[in-house]
Amino acid sequence: MAHPLEKYLRAGKLPHIWCAGCGHGIVTQAILRAVDELQLDTEKTVVVSGIGCSSRAPGYLHFDTLHTTHGRAIPFATGIKMANPELRVIVVTGDGDAAAIGGNHLIHAARRNIDLTVICFNNTIYGMTSGQYSPVTPGGSFASTAPYGMVEPSFDLCTLVAGAGGTFVARGTTYHARPLTNIIKEAIKHEGFSFVEALSQCPTYYGRRNKLRAPLDMLYWYRDHAVGVSQWEKLTDDEKAGKFPIGVLKKVEHAPEFSRVYSELIARARERSEA
Amino acid sequence: MNETGPRLLQGNEACVEGALAAGLRFFAGYPITPSTEIAEICSLRLPQVGGTFLQMEDEIASMAAVCGASLAGAKAMTATSGPGFSLKQENLGFAAQAEIPCVVVDVQRVGPSTGMPTSPAQGDVMQARWGTHGDHEIVVLSPSSVMEAYTLTITAFNIAEELRTPVVLLMDEIVGHLREKVTLDAAGKLPVVDRDKPSCPKELYKPYGPGQGRLTDVPPLAAFGEGYRFHVTGLTHGEDGSPTNNPKVGERQILRIVQKIASRRDELARFEEISMEDAEVVVVAYGGTARSAKKAVRDARAEGIKAGLLRVITLWPFPETRVAKLREMGLKAVIVPEMNMGQYVLPVKRVIGDACPVIPLNKVAGQFIEPKDILEAIKGAM
Amino acid sequence: MAEASWEVAINSKWCKKCGLCVAFCPKKVLGEEMGAPKVLNESLCIGCLLCEMHCPDFAIAVKRRDSK
Repeated sequence: MAHPLEKYLRAGKLPHIWCAGCGHGIVTQAILRAVDELQLDTEKTVVVSGIGCSSRAPGYLHFDTLHTTHGRAIPFATGIKMANPELRVIVVTGDGDAAAIGGNHLIHAARRNIDLTVICFNNTIYGMTSGQYSPVTPGGSFASTAPYGMVEPSFDLCTLVAGAGGTFVARGTTYHARPLTNIIKEAIKHEGFSFVEALSQCPTYYGRRNKLRAPLDMLYWYRDHAVGVSQWEKLTDDEKAGKFPIGVLKKVEHAPEFSRVYSELIARARERSEA
Repeated sequence: MNETGPRLLQGNEACVEGALAAGLRFFAGYPITPSTEIAEICSLRLPQVGGTFLQMEDEIASMAAVCGASLAGAKAMTATSGPGFSLKQENLGFAAQAEIPCVVVDVQRVGPSTGMPTSPAQGDVMQARWGTHGDHEIVVLSPSSVMEAYTLTITAFNIAEELRTPVVLLMDEIVGHLREKVTLDAAGKLPVVDRDKPSCPKELYKPYGPGQGRLTDVPPLAAFGEGYRFHVTGLTHGEDGSPTNNPKVGERQILRIVQKIASRRDELARFEEISMEDAEVVVVAYGGTARSAKKAVRDARAEGIKAGLLRVITLWPFPETRVAKLREMGLKAVIVPEMNMGQYVLPVKRVIGDACPVIPLNKVAGQFIEPKDILEAIKGAM
Repeated sequence: MAEASWEVAINSKWCKKCGLCVAFCPKKVLGEEMGAPKVLNESLCIGCLLCEMHCPDFAIAVKRRDSK
């Protein structure tokens, strides 16, 4: 019996590269389930990624797919979207790819409010290069480059993107697979810069060094520390300590979308030059 | 504004007009002297033809956006100078690996580093060839006049489209900021080449398979959004574009993208030759410096000195065949004037070997190489 | 025994034996044999898809059985 989402896969390329129990396959499936339920025109859908574990996803997906350079998925995607605004462009990126080397592009794309759906597979570690800390590795966590524990403060990616001007910002986790699918659907439907932070377990590198060796350990950690956003707002600061909200954290409707704004600019320029 | 008569045009402006004539529909760039006029003029002219201008957050993003736009089917260009050219190298290498047609203009200024932003130099000529890592070939063209900034930009796009490769238009601040009276139409209707599109059924399309059109070793390029659902990656890949760790598959791909250009070295070569037939001393020059070389050669001839100019227009791939012929002329010397510490002289010397002395003539820090400097060197070699 | 109204199938070629499907199944449909997941009681399946959605390898599929 074929997998219900197989038509969106390059089945011949599976099994994929990710470790047993890695969350990235769960997030990828949530994206495909969202695409399926939205009945997107897959001929007009492009999936763009940078470099890192997450960024291997497009290679397995039966769309127009582009696997770019480290940190640069968003500007590549910007070029695609602006050259052909008709295309729906989904960016797959990781926490390091998006917020370390790619941070400058992330905040500028958010500022422009260009219609990209950016799914950040956040495993709070550099998995592909076997376990260095990233800008979102929690304080005190261990990594191959943080043998004494992470001492740098880390980003809250959602606050960062919301502050830069992104008009749809949401967070989900691989434990909450169905809600994650739902917020990805909303992100895709949203016309503007949509950012979904998908917490995704890395048992091999993050888990092993931080007493969360089994994939389930980390999934249960997500379960025990994530709070639905409507619930979150009722919590006191003390109750919030060590926890984080999931769901749609920011949504601004009808903000000007960059590719649409530029199409209008073209129309104005053409009128003026013909006048 | 398609004026036909003579116009006073700046080199940077002519470059944009050439790009538009070639079918430019996307520009992404970042302000940097002495190339910024190209961005400014694109921001004005592109929307008029339904095209898109993007000022990105940095040069890395600009090169990335150009690659993305080209894969979405647009003819795309960026322009920069030394510091930005350095930042663009990784994604320029991506375009070479993934065989993405695009044009990268580098209006050279004095380096290294911030250098002298408003002063001309030719110090990026080796970077244009080897700036990005790994084995690759690249086509680099160098204009010496405003008219040529126009025509060579069209040529750059045609080569990029035909060979599915990035092409560097290596200008310098002299040509970039120079204003000359030009009649663009005098160039006549220059042919414009578009990339081969796949002719096979969509599900059988291989983005890195054999050619299906004019050239057997250049695969056709579909555009994102046409239903081909193809994969593009910077990882070494097989014919279907998917990554490979198989050395044989990898080798085939690397050899193809290198041979695709190297095997066409003579076909890509372009020169301007002045009184070369009976020359006893030959000046090999390119870009802005070649303007002084032209004058020097004319002055030498006026004094009865048999000097000749070989102005190289396609800098890379290096025109081995033509330069090697200089060995058979029994020359007294070959002079290579450059506004750098001696870069293009190196391959010239490699090819000339011991046939005759190869004399570098170098000036830096924005100091022009004047005709009298070259004339003096010619006389010194007689 | 009445036919189960849901079909559950495991693709052993793609399965990496991470155990998540077994852990997420609320109805003990799945069990583990020699480290690999196995469909033990298909008739107990309620079609919640938790196993399918938590499988990182697209290696388990749940489908409503077409009523004959």
